Amino acid sequence: MQPPAEHVHWMFATGFLLLSLFLFAEAIVGEEVWRRRAWRAYLWPSFAFLMGVLMWPVMTFFTNSTIHMVAHGAWAQVMMLAGGAELGIVRGKLQSPLWRLATPFAFVVSGLAFLLHEQNPWLFQRSAFLHHFLGWTLLVGAVFPLARAVRPSWAVAQAGFALVFAVAAVALYCDRDLAPVFGHLSPLAGEPHR
Amino acid sequence: MSSQTATQVQTRTATLAWRPRVIALLGPLTVAAGIAWAILQPWRLTLLHPHGQGFWFLVVEPPLLVVIAGVAFHTLVARTLLRDLEES
Repeated sequence: MQPPAEHVHWMFATGFLLLSLFLFAEAIVGEEVWRRRAWRAYLWPSFAFLMGVLMWPVMTFFTNSTIHMVAHGAWAQVMMLAGGAELGIVRGKLQSPLWRLATPFAFVVSGLAFLLHEQNPWLFQRSAFLHHFLGWTLLVGAVFPLARAVRPSWAVAQAGFALVFAVAAVALYCDRDLAPVFGHLSPLAGEPHR
Repeated sequence: MSSQTATQVQTRTATLAWRPRVIALLGPLTVAAGIAWAILQPWRLTLLHPHGQGFWFLVVEPPLLVVIAGVAFHTLVARTLLRDLEES
């Protein structure tokens, strides 16, 4: 009764889409209005933390090699770290501004995990392309949470932060178990499932 | 008597007037994106051709998930946010 791996990617894509909507909204209205209701202040950090928690069963049940398992475990840990750190900052429990670096750190680790665990070239098949694409998106996109850590009220950094999640959502929605990318499919990849 | 203060307030109000409109549009635009996707790639919407589809292919349909995300954001987040934005 387990969902196929591609469905899990689509469900996580929906999570990232919601995250990006929350962050876009916060960037538009500003921190003061966004935090006027306590539940809203905790919304995106707790959502990110929850997605990190849900990544553990994905790691356990949906990975078919050690390197995949390590990559999914790394994502689970850094998503929980980033979500937890942001929760601590919002709550006021974490005072040091250095905790704001947890999110850019999570981006860098996630990007590297994508790039290091994909052993095929970009156009091998769709998932290979998406791994490279997501890896570089997160690595380059880490500049936005980093800028947000330095200047928390800078709307450009906040909007860019939200945009990275939107791009990640689109990429994850494009994922299939085995499918061509831009007309390319290596014969070594096997037959497309659907 | 100088009217400079009033002019500044008016300018600031006009500058910030776009914010509620964008917040009100975020959810509906997401829903529209999901519907557009379903029209462009109807094969991703297995409800349109349910025969022979497995449970998960019928439950998890990406264009529908986008629509649901847009509706959820609009009803659960955007509405209260708009209210707070008006009060501010």
